[in-house]
Amino acid sequence: MTLLYFAWVRQSVGCSEENLPLPDNVRTIEELITYLRARGGPYEQVFGQPDRLRAALNREHVRFDANLHNEDEIAFFPPVTGG
Amino acid sequence: MNTILVQSEDFDAGAECEALGSGRRDIGAVVAFTGVVRGDQGLSALTLEQYPGMTEREIARHVREAELRWPIAGVTVIHRVGRLLPGDRIVFVGVACEHRTAAFEAAEFLTDYLKTRAPLWKQEHRGEMAVWVEAKDTDEKSALRWR
Repeated sequence: MTLLYFAWVRQSVGCSEENLPLPDNVRTIEELITYLRARGGPYEQVFGQPDRLRAALNREHVRFDANLHNEDEIAFFPPVTGG
Repeated sequence: MNTILVQSEDFDAGAECEALGSGRRDIGAVVAFTGVVRGDQGLSALTLEQYPGMTEREIARHVREAELRWPIAGVTVIHRVGRLLPGDRIVFVGVACEHRTAAFEAAEFLTDYLKTRAPLWKQEHRGEMAVWVEAKDTDEKSALRWR
């Protein structure tokens, strides 16, 4: 799967994109957040505050209970501020 | 005819209004909103970041929703990205309809949803300081009233 990060999430994590195989114990966005948080360092900081995050799955806004597949594109970002 | 553009270049709001109504005799109202970068509290610049591939798609989704709610003849949405200065145009929402009420309402609906759903993020620059703008509850409330 492809992970994308935007705005302060991108800056805190230190990259805009990474590719990894879907981990065995991860089926939802919520479980992915727990998985990423366990990496520690900046990941612990960013994914330890899920209230400040929003997610998109294959370029559509989704809730954290959305199911994931290995070929998915998942984006994490703060609440949007355009317009 | 609908036009949705996410671009770094400036736009000509007058020309966009003209284009919305040109060559048609069934349009009685063109409502246009132009958002401008406000240079308050010592703002020196804004940087707009987007999610390429999702922004236009998300805006298009809301244009389709607007078309289900109001009889719309044409919509133009332009959102700029990249570095902008106080006084720069940042967003254009234009709606052409047979009657004015639908045009006003649809333009406001689209503007509210741009603020709360389009994957765009503003970073404010004040001198050496750069701060990501926090989403406002008031914007969320404005969008929720269309539910």
